[in-house]
Formats: sequence, C-alpha cells, structure tokens
Amino acid sequence: MVRNRVLLVLLLAGLLAAPSLAFLTLAPNRLVSGAPISLGAALHGEALILLLPAVLLALGVFLPQRRALHALTAAAAAGFLLLLVRLAGSEAALLAQTAPPVARISLGGAFWVLLIIAALALSDALRRLAVPAPAGVLLGAVVVGALGLLLLSGALDSLAIVREYAARRTAFAAAILRHAAMVALALLPTVLLGLPLGVLARRREALAAWLFPLLNVVQTIPSIALFGVLLAPLSGLAGHFPALARFGIGGVGVLPAVIALILYALLPVTRNTSEGLAGVSPAALEAGRGLGMTPRQLLWRVELPLALPVILSGLRIAALQTIGLAAVAALIGAGGLGAIMFQGLFADALDLVLLGVLPIILMALAANVLFDLGLGRLRRLRR
Amino acid sequence: MRARLRDPLLWTSLALVALVLALPRSKPLFAALFPGLERPLFELDDFAALLAGHLLLVGASSGAAVLLGLGAGIFVTRAAGAEFRGLVETIITIGQTFPPVAVLAVAVPVIGFGFDPAFIALLLYGLLPIVDTTIAGLAGVPAPLREAARGMGMGEGAILCKLELPLAAPVILAGVRSSVIINVGTATVASTVGARTLGLPIIIGLNGANPAYILQGAVPVALLAIVLDLAFGRLLAMLQPPRYSMPNS
Amino acid sequence: MIEFEHVTKRYGASAVVENLSLAVAGGEFCVIIGTSGAGKSTALKMINQLVSPSEGRVRVNGEDVRLAPPAALRRRIGYVIQSIGLFPHWTVARNIGAVPELIGWSKRRIRARAAELLTLLKLAPDAFLDRYPHELSVGQQQRVGIARALAADQDILLMDEPFGALDPITREALQAEIAEIQRASRKTVVFVTHDMDEALRLGSRIAVMDRGRLVQAATPLELLTAPASDFVRDLVGRDDLGVKLLGLATVASRLRAGVPAPGEPIAAGASLRRALSRMVAEGRDRLGVVDGDGRPLGAIHLADLLRR
Repeated sequence: MVRNRVLLVLLLAGLLAAPSLAFLTLAPNRLVSGAPISLGAALHGEALILLLPAVLLALGVFLPQRRALHALTAAAAAGFLLLLVRLAGSEAALLAQTAPPVARISLGGAFWVLLIIAALALSDALRRLAVPAPAGVLLGAVVVGALGLLLLSGALDSLAIVREYAARRTAFAAAILRHAAMVALALLPTVLLGLPLGVLARRREALAAWLFPLLNVVQTIPSIALFGVLLAPLSGLAGHFPALARFGIGGVGVLPAVIALILYALLPVTRNTSEGLAGVSPAALEAGRGLGMTPRQLLWRVELPLALPVILSGLRIAALQTIGLAAVAALIGAGGLGAIMFQGLFADALDLVLLGVLPIILMALAANVLFDLGLGRLRRLRR
Repeated sequence: MRARLRDPLLWTSLALVALVLALPRSKPLFAALFPGLERPLFELDDFAALLAGHLLLVGASSGAAVLLGLGAGIFVTRAAGAEFRGLVETIITIGQTFPPVAVLAVAVPVIGFGFDPAFIALLLYGLLPIVDTTIAGLAGVPAPLREAARGMGMGEGAILCKLELPLAAPVILAGVRSSVIINVGTATVASTVGARTLGLPIIIGLNGANPAYILQGAVPVALLAIVLDLAFGRLLAMLQPPRYSMPNS
Repeated sequence: MIEFEHVTKRYGASAVVENLSLAVAGGEFCVIIGTSGAGKSTALKMINQLVSPSEGRVRVNGEDVRLAPPAALRRRIGYVIQSIGLFPHWTVARNIGAVPELIGWSKRRIRARAAELLTLLKLAPDAFLDRYPHELSVGQQQRVGIARALAADQDILLMDEPFGALDPITREALQAEIAEIQRASRKTVVFVTHDMDEALRLGSRIAVMDRGRLVQAATPLELLTAPASDFVRDLVGRDDLGVKLLGLATVASRLRAGVPAPGEPIAAGASLRRALSRMVAEGRDRLGVVDGDGRPLGAIHLADLLRR
C-alpha cells in the first residue's frame, strides 16, 4: 500500500538514475573524458551503510504516515545525503591510490541526481512535519555545516573539484570577494536611488509614466548586450584618461559591470517601493492624516513600514538577480566567480565550472533564506 | 491609422528587420565610426542567420517549456497531484535562485557544445516561471466560481478548459513572457557554448577587443528582446478586457 | 464651537457641498444625515482640513481652520472613520497613543492613558494593550478607533459613519457608549450617518443634507413633527413616524408615580417605544416602572403613550 507518492517518485527516480549514470568518473588526465564508475562498484565494505537510510526511506513510502515517520524520513534523507558525499570522497581516495597523480576523479551524474533527490526528500519530510521556517533553515544549516566539516576533514581531498580548489585557493578567495563586492557595490546605490525614486514615482504620476517603461526596457535587454554596450564608451574614457584606468575605472573591469547591475536592479526595487506604497490601505492613510500626521510623519511611520514587505521582496529579486548577473560580468573582464566558471566552460572542465557555480548558487540561496526569514518575521508580526 | 503608425511594436519590429538587413552593408559606417579597427564589420556569419538561430533556440526551448510547464502546473493543482505541489514549489523556489547562466555552464560539460546544451538549459530554466505562474493563476481562480460551475453540472475537464484556464490565462502568459525574455538573454550568452545566436558578435568582439562587433550584436539582440516584450504586452492586453475582471471574492 | 459660513466645495464643475451655513455649539451632539452623495462626509472633512472649501469659511472656536497648520489643527480634533483605519503594524496601545506620541507625551503617560481609555470602552487593558489590530473583531477594532480619537482629550470629535460596518448588536452597544461618553465629557461631536434611527437616538441636533445643500437643522422632535420638506418627511419615514416619536422620550416622562402594576416591570430610562413594544408583545395595557436599582417607582399605561 503506497502511502507517500512523492517519496515513491523520488525513490524510483533514484533507482533509475543510480545504475544508468556514472557515480564517479576517472580520467587519466584533464584532456580525455573519464571512464564511469557506477555506484554499485563503489558500494563495498563500510560503504554499504548507505543502504540503511535508503531502506528507511523506502519504509517511509509504505508505513502509515505519522509525525514520527516523517521525522525518521527526514533523518534518513539527511543521513543518506551525508553518507553519499562521504562515499564519493572515500571511493575517490581509494581510486587515487592506484591512479596516476594527474588523474581526475570527478563527481558523476548519479551522484548529483541522488544528492538532489535526498535534499528534496528532506525538504518534503520537513514540510509534512510542518516545521516552522526558522527551524527548517537551522536544520538546513546543520546539514550544510556537516558537509563543510567533511570537506575540512580532508575526506573529499581526492575529488577533482576539491583539487581544483586547492590549486587556486587564493584566486578562489579573491573571486568570492570580488563577486560579493560587485554585488554590494551594485545594491547599495540601487537602494539609495531606488527607494526615493519609488516614493517619488508613487507621488508623481508623470514620473512613473516614463520611468517604469524605461526601466522595463533596460530589464529586457540581455545582460551581455548591456555589458558590451557600456564597455565601449568606458574603455574609451580610460584610454583618454590613463589615470582613470589606474583607479580601476578601466573599460574592461568592474565599473561598467556595476553600472549595468545597478540599471538592472533598479526596476524591482523602484517598482516594488511604488507598488508597496500604493498597497497601503486608504483607511490607514486617512486615519493618519486625520490624526494630524504631517506628510513626512505619515511616510515614515505608516506608509514605509506598511510597504516594507513588498519593498523587501523587490530587494530580494534585485539581490538574487545581481548575484547571478555578476557571473556574466566576467565576460567583460570584471572577474568574480563567473571568471572561474567561464574558464572551466572554455576548458570543458566541469569541476572548474562547478567550482565557480556552486558558490554563486550558495550565495543566492543564502540571500534567499535571509530574505525569507526577514519577510516571515514581518508577516507574522502583522497582517 | 495614425495610432497604428505610432504603434511601438510595429516600428521596433521594422527597425529590427531593417537593422539585420542593413548591417551587412554598413561596413563604411563602422569604418568611419571606429577608424582604428582593422575589421570594423562582423562578417564571420550572416546576421539574418544569427537572428533566425536565436529565434529558433528561444522558440524551441520556450515552446517545450510552455507545454511541460502547463502540464506540471495543471497536474499539481488537481486532486490527484496535490501531494506533489509542495515538492514542485520547492524546486521552483530553489531553481529560481540559480543564475540562468549557471544552468548553461553546467549543461555544457555534461551534454557537450552546440545547440543541445543551450536548448536543455533554456528549457529547464524557462520552465520555472511558467510552472510558477500556472500554479498561481489556477489557484487564484475564486473557489465560489469553481463551485458554481460544478453546481451547474460541468465536469472537471470542462471546468479546467472553460473556466480555470481562461481566467488564469493572463497570469500564465505573464510567466511565459518573463520566461521568454530570460531565454533571449541566456541564448545570447549561449553563443559562448557554440550556439549560433546574436551573442556571437558580442562574444567575439569581447575576446578581440572589438567594440564595433559588440555593438553589432548588442543592438539587434536588445531590439529583439524589446520586440518580444512588446508583443507579449500586446497579447496580455488582448487577454485582459473587462470581461476577465475577477469578481471580488 | 464649529461654524460653516457659506461653504461651497466643488470638484470640477459639480458642487458637492453648496452654500452650507451651520453652527454647532460647544457640547452639542450634531448628527449630519443624508443619502449617499449628499455631501455630508465632505462637509465633515472640511472641519479638520482633510478637504478645503472652494468658497466660504469654516471656523473652529472662532478661528478660520485655513489659518492653522493642518497637522496641528487635526491633533486637536478627534477623528473616527467607518473603515476604522487602525495602523496594522502597531499594537493597540501604540494606535491609541498615536496623537499623544505626535505631541510628545511620555511613554508612561501614553500607556496609562491607553489603559484608561480601553477601560472606558469596556475592553480589558491587560488583554488588549499589546495585541495587534488583526487579532481583534471589527467591533473591538472600532472601540480602539474611538479610544484613539479620544486619546489627547480633544474637545471636538468628528465621526464619519463610524458604526456603518458593524452588526446591529455591536452597533447599538457602541451607540450607547458614545452617547454616554458625550454626556459625561460634554465634548462637541459631529457625527455623519445615513441611518435615521441612529441620528434620532444620538443627536441633540440633526442636520439633514440633500445633494450638497442643508435642508433642515433641528432637534429630533422638530424634525419628526415639523419636517421642512417632503425629502425630510421621506427620510424620517411616514409610516412609523409615531413609533419614532415614542423613541425620543423615556418612560420616566409619562410615569404615574406610586401606582402599582402587575408583571415584569420596565426601567424608567427605557424609551416609550420599548414600553409600547412590551405592551403589544405581552398583551397588557400597563407596565410597572422601576428605577435603575430595581426599586418600584409607579406604572405606565397604554393611554399615557398618547399624551403630548
């Protein structure tokens, strides 16, 4: 008797992917593509313990659905996820003993599919448990923390992605910093500019009538096109004023990227500020005015606090979009994690691509979680 | 007639076509604008072919995304698929935090260079907003309307086709619109992985420090995005006359 | 003291309020009544400058309202609206303290005042001070809305259809309370409604407006007995005029002192209308009358209801 069809589908997908995709791939060097190593081949000795959480998950499909079972399913999914990563690390270490030093042991499709399935099973179990959002985030942080410990312990050192990292430790740290700096440099002026613009656009229809269509057109233009178009005049500028280039206002660099990122981020922030203010109940406005608030007091005490959830979700869109677009900015030489990603892309090295992509995704997820928590708090406080 | 002449959709479309036709003949212009450049005009590929390639990639991936996305959105809003709704919504929320270019970058080493990885990446990423708005649109149909339809003896299929989908259409179309616009942008970057799109002159221009190439790619692709956005705006306006204004519920 | 002097308000070509002249004396409970679109809300909002007159002048305590800074003027005038308009992001305490906060009272004083007002409006302070508006019923929200308008002890209170969205039972309870508060504090109240029963029940004077013009301003009794036009007569209602008249006077005014009567007695403070209703419902032609503490005072007979 199937009692949890979601878990069943996830398990079936896992059963389908595990034997048909490579768990790890072993390539003698960087240039040739690797030979697949299946999960079955990696499951021996101590590693067989991976089957325990898998069986528990299978039980979760058929047993009567109680809270205790959902908790067990969540624990099994988390356990499976961590054991899977550890298995990949230990199997890679085993392979590395007999392989030549330049050999690359990469994570295969089966690994990624099973990892995602375990994460989805975990999130579904938490939803069935109706875990409140902050507790869910805490549990997620525990799992990510455990993965981090696994990484720090050296258990994963034989994997190519960790080797790629070890080979460019300083460049990687610099790329993360550069990426974060670009995001911050873009978001700060966006907020300082977008909030007042949004307030003004709400007050003056004439401004809104041309501002939003304009920002919408900017938003429509593909990022690489806008980067490219900004690059030309700014590189010309630096050519005429060598001093500018020394200060990093070079055409190929951060400045055009940050300008483009601001232009993109302005729309969600400005539009949501304006929409948030428009959504403030007329009754609250009339009451505030009737009680004797000045327009300024009304704005700061009533309108902006009430519009805050909408403004924050606009800021969330802007933040996520900026983190992602900053990766594209690597194509105009702005550096950041996108540079590592494109380097891997052009070298056809998946591990290097992932080394660039994973931190971008983690950064975006972290921003998303922060905004979720903040918005959740606001929404609980008032309705 | 006057109003039609002022229609921005008309003249941006015409401008795009004219630009693509005129670019191959514009060598003297760019030679004059960028006198320092040895090759002022991008001649490695035909602009019309690049535009066609771009449209094909976006059209194919977005078309597939609409079919799959509608299906998934309808499935999880039926009683039979309700159990999967939470899972699907999790995937959408998490998936939308992924930068589109990251999906593209990961697809290449797995699938190889060319049209295919770009198609798969655009399809997967384009799905997210469509499923998202399909669920939102269908869930936004007021329950009393559904109840009234059931009370009149409409079957579930009729309720979906005659009531829910028409009422949800503007919301769903907004999702398709953002999906297509994102895909136009990602298809531009996809020329880095060997897809034949208008991004090609930009990428080659960036690599070779040739601002003329960059402009010759960037301007048509920006125009293309604006034309498509305007077209969707027109479609949405046609879908939203007063007959679709929802009763208060 | 509030005075309208030939006040006209136009939006575009159409006049919403036309040549309105009306004086509301200090301590008066003035009800402005009319059908929707009669201009009664607009007239009310010209008192606290939410709307500025196109022509004429509005004076509060002798001073032209246009000469005072609007915010300062409004802080001296309590304001209650039908849609209540509590600030959803503030607790009940902070909502009530909105005006005191604006004029710089200390936190402690504001909280004490909020608690005092909640008690006055029959909400337990401990249970309500720290709740948010969305946790309250509509009736409780409007009690808080009234408390907020009274917070700084303003001597003028403007009420714009404050009970329009309430159920009949809550509405009646709040009508009784606002009447009591006005009686006790002698505040000047201007109250807008379209409900004639509410107007008769609360107003010491009733101003009838029709399409922007003042038709009649009179005491409830005058309005019932000497309507100035057919419009007023229709508004009052021709069919139950007598019953309405009975609603204006209390049992005490027709009391036969010391006369005993059998059966369940009626309170001396009840309206004659209620006495009639009891007699008809119970099939009796006389009722015993008691005072507020239940001590017998005398009786009232059916015939007494016909006396003028």
